[in-house]
Amino acid sequence: MKYDVIIGLEVHAQLQTRTKIFCGCATDFTPDAPNIRTCPVCLGLPGALPVLNKRAFEMAVKAAMGLRCQIAHFTKWDRKQYFYPDLPKGYQISQYDLPFSHSGLMEIPADPEVAGAEGLTRKVRIIRAHLEDDAGKNVHDESGRGSESQVDLNRAGTPLVEIVTEPDLRSPKEARMLLEEIRLLLLYLGVSDCNMQEGNLRCDANINLHLHHDSGITTKTPIVEIKNLNSFRFLEQACEYEVSRQLKTYGHLEEIADRTKRTFGYDPQRGVTIEQRSKEEAADYRYFPDPDLVPVIVTADQIQLWQADLPERPQDRRQRYQTQLGLSPYDAGVIIEQGRAFADFFEQIVTHGAEPKQASNWITQEIQRILNERKCSIGEFPVSAELVGTILKKVSDKQLTLKAAREALDALVSYSEENTVSHETLEKVIQERGLAIVQNDELLLNIIQQVIQKNPKPVADYLGGKQAAAGSLLGQVMREARGADPQLVKSLVTKALDALKSGNS
Amino acid sequence: MTLEAGGSLKTGSGTGTSSLGSLFKALNSGTTTSRQIVESCLNAIDKRDGSIGAFLHIDRERALQAAEASDLRRSTGEVRGPLDGLPISIKDAICEAGQPATCASRILKGYVSPYSATVIDRLNAAGAIPLGRVNLDEFAMGSSSENSAYQLTHNPWDLTRTPGGSSSGSAASVAARMVPGSLGSDTGGSIRQPASLCGVVGLKPTYGRVSRYGLVAFASSLEQIGPFSLDVFGAAALLQTIAGHDPHDSTCVNTPTEDYLQTLDTPLTDLRIGVPKEYFGEGLDPEVQKIVEEALAVYASRGAKLIPVELPHSKYSVATYYIIAPSEASSNLARFDGIHYGYRSPNFADLESLYAASRGEGFGSEVKRRIMLGTYALSAGYADKYYVKALQIRRLIRQDFDAAFQQCDVIAGPVTPTPAFKLGELADDPLAMYLSDIYTIAANLAGIPAISIPAGWTASGLPVGLQLQGPVFTESRLLRAARMLEIDRPWIDRLPPVAGG
Repeated sequence: MKYDVIIGLEVHAQLQTRTKIFCGCATDFTPDAPNIRTCPVCLGLPGALPVLNKRAFEMAVKAAMGLRCQIAHFTKWDRKQYFYPDLPKGYQISQYDLPFSHSGLMEIPADPEVAGAEGLTRKVRIIRAHLEDDAGKNVHDESGRGSESQVDLNRAGTPLVEIVTEPDLRSPKEARMLLEEIRLLLLYLGVSDCNMQEGNLRCDANINLHLHHDSGITTKTPIVEIKNLNSFRFLEQACEYEVSRQLKTYGHLEEIADRTKRTFGYDPQRGVTIEQRSKEEAADYRYFPDPDLVPVIVTADQIQLWQADLPERPQDRRQRYQTQLGLSPYDAGVIIEQGRAFADFFEQIVTHGAEPKQASNWITQEIQRILNERKCSIGEFPVSAELVGTILKKVSDKQLTLKAAREALDALVSYSEENTVSHETLEKVIQERGLAIVQNDELLLNIIQQVIQKNPKPVADYLGGKQAAAGSLLGQVMREARGADPQLVKSLVTKALDALKSGNS
Repeated sequence: MTLEAGGSLKTGSGTGTSSLGSLFKALNSGTTTSRQIVESCLNAIDKRDGSIGAFLHIDRERALQAAEASDLRRSTGEVRGPLDGLPISIKDAICEAGQPATCASRILKGYVSPYSATVIDRLNAAGAIPLGRVNLDEFAMGSSSENSAYQLTHNPWDLTRTPGGSSSGSAASVAARMVPGSLGSDTGGSIRQPASLCGVVGLKPTYGRVSRYGLVAFASSLEQIGPFSLDVFGAAALLQTIAGHDPHDSTCVNTPTEDYLQTLDTPLTDLRIGVPKEYFGEGLDPEVQKIVEEALAVYASRGAKLIPVELPHSKYSVATYYIIAPSEASSNLARFDGIHYGYRSPNFADLESLYAASRGEGFGSEVKRRIMLGTYALSAGYADKYYVKALQIRRLIRQDFDAAFQQCDVIAGPVTPTPAFKLGELADDPLAMYLSDIYTIAANLAGIPAISIPAGWTASGLPVGLQLQGPVFTESRLLRAARMLEIDRPWIDRLPPVAGG
């Protein structure tokens, strides 16, 4: 029996505004004590009213534009009502039928494991992105001694953008890749820190199977929503488990009577999904327009301004690195994945004269190695992109060998521990260490002549037909002429020996 | 500025307080002090509130301190405005930092607000003195005070009768001359109906004119905070103080407020008064009708034109209101969950029963009735039939007013179909109780301002109000029109029995 996996995601990302979405409380929770970032509004005290944080709206618009969504000219706020201790107002302020954005598109490489998908691009339609306020956190007694649960409302009222996709994903791996791409996008746009440990990026997956029975009948399994997945791995694992569970449960059925959607959670310890809420308890959220907030009107001019201000999407950058800079898809991907600051650094290296492929190699190898050694981020890298670019330009201008360039970079890095590094430092390092390629052919020829005279045996061997004998001569010349271009040395040595050869014959 | 000086001013005993206008004058001329005024209010409360039942909580020390601070300001010439040094009672649904805000509900028993409503900040900034928290129907749901979880408030004109509601304590505290002014809130008539039944001035501002920040929400899209006063001057001064944009309330509009006091004594010329036939139909007490018509005759004698207008959808007002208001209430009151603050029942086994028991025991029956109505009206499968439909009719009601105001400047009519009814008379008949708001509800649905002013007294001595409604942001017009009647038919000297009348 063949089957298709059908997955759609609901992604929640916390926007990194300085203050909450409907009040002036700070969104940072340090020092980490409960209920310190609260006020009458986010505590839901009697009489308090929400006022929209413009910045949160603008950030959400940015995210939606990154997802290539249409921005609505009119949007309003609705109350989603349910009782829970972490929800002080008894409702969440969200957007129901008129979200601020809709109809977007994301693209990821299709999972080659999916039949017929190899080499294709998976286009995932975004139904909508809307804005809402986050709930607080219930803190339960984990000791098992059964003391009281407590509520921490520091997080209550932080702005969340919820991104809802069409069920266009065809494998657990694609689900993970999409979430990764969305994370990267939000990071590049600077709208969320996407810290998954902190729960700043979390995801629900809706998943079911289309079973193609040998009889020709196609059966659809009931949709399961797996709630609150807070890592890429858990998302993929939970979906994989759910595929196998649904196969096992329904694989043999050509008819499934009850196709009510069900809600599951994922237990990463046991690697299984667990049903959370049965259909009898299905929530009626009784959405209605929040009378405390006014609708937001967005003009076409405003949308244009925002659009013009939108940073380049990682997807577009990845493409540009390939088409414009000639990087391989792999290299482009590696750089983009390291984040915007990293990619910016790479581009600056190129801007300052490095050959793109060389720059790519360097940033992913040399610079990455140093970052790893020093356990720091690209923002803390002690040598400016401009200097790195200058070093690499010297390589392409044949003023430095790659090896010398590496040595120069290492020298600058260690030098930076006590001094600031500048162009002067670079020149000094090159000079002091004699790293520059010896360009003067005459000087080189002299050295070669001396080496030949001092080493009659290898010369004789070479002339006698032992090609390998040239190696020791080459090594000696390189040692004498520090920083010479090995290619050049090789050709000059060969020429000199060949001249002897023809002279002898 | 000519100030209405009606009302005798005796401090310490006798008739208690006087109108805000005359107190303002007396303070200015140095014949009294804020401290004397506050003391006389406290004395009047001590004497009368036992039989009236308006106050839920009084902070005497704070009021006296504020009075002394005001007197000190006055002595150095730093008077902050017409309300400086004057005591105002506050409906117990408007939050004041450090004061209880029970909303007359068991579920908020003992709750003390950590912050002040914007209107309270503005009163304080103007030197006015919040003097005590006054009774209401629980969460402002009701028309009689009988829904208060704590006490009944009695009508100062006849203690066996209701003062109206939900701002029962506001109206009664002013009518009984215990305070010269009060702040209440009006969601469907909760300022105008008790003002009418108690013979005082009560004004519901245009939706968005006054900040709702700090008013415990019942039906957010309908309600406004507004003033009660013995005189029109006081209503104008209070509105002047509390009105205007507030960055804490998105629905509070950013249009400039007028100077309501400056124009107050200038009568409106060529006033066109719309008289809707729908307001004079079945159910209107003949005595109320007569008093209202006599008041209209006063305007006519002053050159106003009485123009018949139609409000064809007004008959749907009550039904529309009782979908929209409970819908919003069911949501607004969800925060009273026994978890975060307020009453928590000891009778629970798990989270769900904690909610059910706390809310079940904490809310009174009218509040529960409305929560259930609203929950039903917003439920999947019913929202379109009820809530959405009600919004459509609300638009039609608004359009009625737009059309009527093409022909007239204000719309006049009764405030309530009957004078104050007996306490207990309608307590078991919620529908009949709802109908007592039949003339006031439309203004809330349309968001327009409306004022209730004393128009006369029935043969048995019960006050009857006249309602004037105007287009949005015409508070100044309404106050001037109200002032015309006040000049012609001054009402302030007529005292209720409890105040020596």
